[in-house]
Amino acid sequence: MRRDKQESQAQFNRRAILLAGVGGAAFAALGARLYSLQILEQERYRLAAADNQFNFRLQPPTRGRLLDRFGEGIAVNRDSYRLLIVPEQAGDPRAALERLSAYMPLSEARIERLLRQIRRSPRFKPVTIAEDMDWETFSRINLQLPELPGITPDLGEVRTYPHGPLTAHVTGYVQAAPPGAGDTDPLLLHPGFRIGRTGVEASLEDRLRGEAGQMKVEVNSSGRVLREMPQESNPPVAGEDVRLTIDVRSQRVALEALDGQAASAVALDMLTGEILTLVSSPSFDPNPFVLGIGQSAFSALNTNPYRPLFNKATTGIYAPASTIKGAVALAALEQGVTDPEERILCTGSVGLGNRRFHCWRPRGHGTVNLHDAIKGSCDVYFYEIARRLGIENLGEMARRLGLGELHDIGMNLPDSADGLVPSERWKLTVRGERWSTGDTYNAGIGQGFMLASPLQLAVMTARLATGRVVEPTLLPREGAVSFASMGINQANLDAIGQAHRAVVHDPRGTAYWVLDAGRALGDLDAEMAGKTGTAQVYSISAEERAAGVRDQEDLPWRLRNHGLFIAYGPFENPRYAVAVVVEHGGGGSSSAARPARDILRDLVRRDPAGQRLGPLASANATTGASAGNGEG
Amino acid sequence: MSVFNVSAPRDIRSKLYEINWTFVLLVGLIGAIGVAMLYSVESGSWDPYAIRHLIRLTAGLGLMVVVAMFPPRFWMGIAYPAYLGALILLVGVEVMGVTAGGAQRWIDIGPIRMQPSEIMKIAMVLALARYYHDLPEDRVSGLGGLIIPAIMIGAPMALILMQPDLGTSLLLAATGATIVFMAGLSWWVIMGAGIFATGGALIYLNFFIEPYQMARIQTFLNPEEDPMGAGYQILQSQIALGSGGSTGKGFMQGTQASLDFLPEKQTDFIFTILGEEFGFVGGIAVLGFYALLLANCVLIASSCKATFLRLVVMGVATTFALYVFINVGMVMGLLPVVGVPLPLISYGGTVMMTVLFGLGLILGAHVHRSAEPPKGAGLFG
Repeated sequence: MRRDKQESQAQFNRRAILLAGVGGAAFAALGARLYSLQILEQERYRLAAADNQFNFRLQPPTRGRLLDRFGEGIAVNRDSYRLLIVPEQAGDPRAALERLSAYMPLSEARIERLLRQIRRSPRFKPVTIAEDMDWETFSRINLQLPELPGITPDLGEVRTYPHGPLTAHVTGYVQAAPPGAGDTDPLLLHPGFRIGRTGVEASLEDRLRGEAGQMKVEVNSSGRVLREMPQESNPPVAGEDVRLTIDVRSQRVALEALDGQAASAVALDMLTGEILTLVSSPSFDPNPFVLGIGQSAFSALNTNPYRPLFNKATTGIYAPASTIKGAVALAALEQGVTDPEERILCTGSVGLGNRRFHCWRPRGHGTVNLHDAIKGSCDVYFYEIARRLGIENLGEMARRLGLGELHDIGMNLPDSADGLVPSERWKLTVRGERWSTGDTYNAGIGQGFMLASPLQLAVMTARLATGRVVEPTLLPREGAVSFASMGINQANLDAIGQAHRAVVHDPRGTAYWVLDAGRALGDLDAEMAGKTGTAQVYSISAEERAAGVRDQEDLPWRLRNHGLFIAYGPFENPRYAVAVVVEHGGGGSSSAARPARDILRDLVRRDPAGQRLGPLASANATTGASAGNGEG
Repeated sequence: MSVFNVSAPRDIRSKLYEINWTFVLLVGLIGAIGVAMLYSVESGSWDPYAIRHLIRLTAGLGLMVVVAMFPPRFWMGIAYPAYLGALILLVGVEVMGVTAGGAQRWIDIGPIRMQPSEIMKIAMVLALARYYHDLPEDRVSGLGGLIIPAIMIGAPMALILMQPDLGTSLLLAATGATIVFMAGLSWWVIMGAGIFATGGALIYLNFFIEPYQMARIQTFLNPEEDPMGAGYQILQSQIALGSGGSTGKGFMQGTQASLDFLPEKQTDFIFTILGEEFGFVGGIAVLGFYALLLANCVLIASSCKATFLRLVVMGVATTFALYVFINVGMVMGLLPVVGVPLPLISYGGTVMMTVLFGLGLILGAHVHRSAEPPKGAGLFG
């Protein structure tokens, strides 16, 4: 028994040691595995852990501001209160949105739309419920947040145009990028990111956009952001602030003067080419476009016969009509086909073959020289001059003066117009017809095939006034600007200038009575030059004449003539050129001349010496530091 | 072994004097590591895990000491009734069990929810130890000495397999086999049983295995195949462990765990947190503490005079060792994912109590190592 007991104890001990050995081996295996994982392969797992842990989140840059020439913001960013829903935290998104609808208007259709959006995106990704909320609603919801799980308030930036309609056609607007536009910037995928779609916002997109930053974030296994790590992130690079040559005050003067008509106006500094005014009337408010304009509001704008969305100043093209007469006269003097003294008889019309070409004044102008012909806008005189010049000489001068050419103003968009200066070759290739003398007659008075945008008319005016190759721009020109001379005889330029002055200041000038009988610039001790134009839209037929339709006012609006006016001043020290086109404005003199004069008068009033308007010369376009308007 | 203390202590004072403080200290140390890791899991918060773990650990250590005070006769006396009770509860689970995690493992008795399989782990050890204690040594390898232990092990295994819980039933099998082995089963029978068990396992794998169990095994064999699915846990666990490197990221500096990449980090994957934050050094240290504790158990077992106590100690220690091995092997990708906690460190009330109860039996065996209860001695015998 005792021996058995001892033997059993010994056997137990042997087996216990064996078992302990097995256990020890098992633990050694665990240790070896641990060694392999943590010592031998630690680098690989360390990388995998970093992959797990970090993610980079796109940080949209602040869009560069657009400033007017005085530093006044015309496209800026403001804080926008947004409301997001994080489906993961909301539990049941529908219930969350329905709870939210007690505190803010949220239609059933909108909830459905949001739910569709939520279903399409990962559960942790926030979906925007509302943007640009008013402070009252936003703060009310903030108070209720404990009862609204998954609803997150957020602060973003939204583009805003403080002057709205005043600068709408210059700034254009930003909108969400259209899908598949060929732009591969990953920013475009960022919800809420917007790009310039029209105007300078579009043409200067590259400078304004800036560069996306990357925020390093710590994420959990479902991708939810737990922590931001700004010190290890690339901050976004804000877009560049860009100062434009536009003057908001002049924009206001112009739009008020155009008074809601379908019209446009361009004013530029003839010595620098800087565009001070560029308006298209009626204008529109670009602000609603940023957050997505409603369908009904958009179609109201889009179907408006006055075409508010269309930038008539750069993309509208019109027959320049009589505004071209200065150019034709200059060509004639330069070519020597006439001299300032030669008199031509105007009886009200002139025959060519079996056609009659009428003067706008049925009684005729009697015998007129070049000065009188411009002053009274005698058509017959210019038929004759144009015939002598021929279309090629006439067209050449028109082109030298900037017609038929796309001017790079820093806002060139695919639909910018280059107008048309016809030629024999053009007619043959495009229309398949030979050029006729009648065509030359029509070209002599700016009708027929010739087409120009208001911007081109302003350039032509500037070049006629200065004799230099003025190039327009919306982007400031640093330092002294000196345009090349056109190489035109100064005496000829003076003759044209005097005639243009007489249009406004001579009692027999076509704009004399319209523009306050020679006191066009009112109380200002300055004179201006100008030229009227009436582009024929519709010929009143003999039957209509018989039926009592005599005046433009008797025609429906869309058939009435366009009114045009080009002007510059102060006459003694020319600085500012203006072109105005009023669509279907009836008689050219009244509808376009007054707005053009108003714009010019405002500019001259602020800069009577014909120096340079505003502190732009010293401006560094990128600082944008000077707020307020340094109107001096 | 004290020469002056050949007979077993009778009164509580002398029993307390006999307590193996190395053992208690190791248990407390490992439990405290658990508290620290659970504190870290919640990014430095006592709530909800660490504080409860601490309370349970304290209460459990008390329970352990109390259990150690009971004489071997008491445990021998309740061995069979406890086993039968546990068996009835296992049947009850089949009838009225609450399904948790896809398997019926819990039973509701009024406010108490319990896992009969946990009770069975201890009850089976006691019953087997009692059986072999009573059995004359020469009959251990006889036919009669084989059939009854086989039934005692097989019945609860079968019931637990039906839940179905493959892990626990294999754990019971291993524990039971260890006791049978330590009882002195002849090597010939062991070899025969080994062949028999292999055949049985093959049949089970081919005909009776549940799809999810198969999936777990396949996932284990090839975790990277499906990184976001079933293999995800193992992969994430290995990433966390591996990224800990040699000395770890520091206490509460673990990134993978705090970022929820790890599932069940407070229970089954607690060792991963430890490995990530304290690295290879920390992991080896904890494994070392476990090894020391287990070595202590073997020493206690061999110091015991009573067969019952020796077998109880070896049985409980085996269960404990298997827990550690399976859990640590699983989080390191050595073994398939089975829901086995890391004893004393993982969060969980039932397991903590079962483990400390079992460790109380071992401590009690040390206290009563000189006791020599006669064969057939029961509660009152």
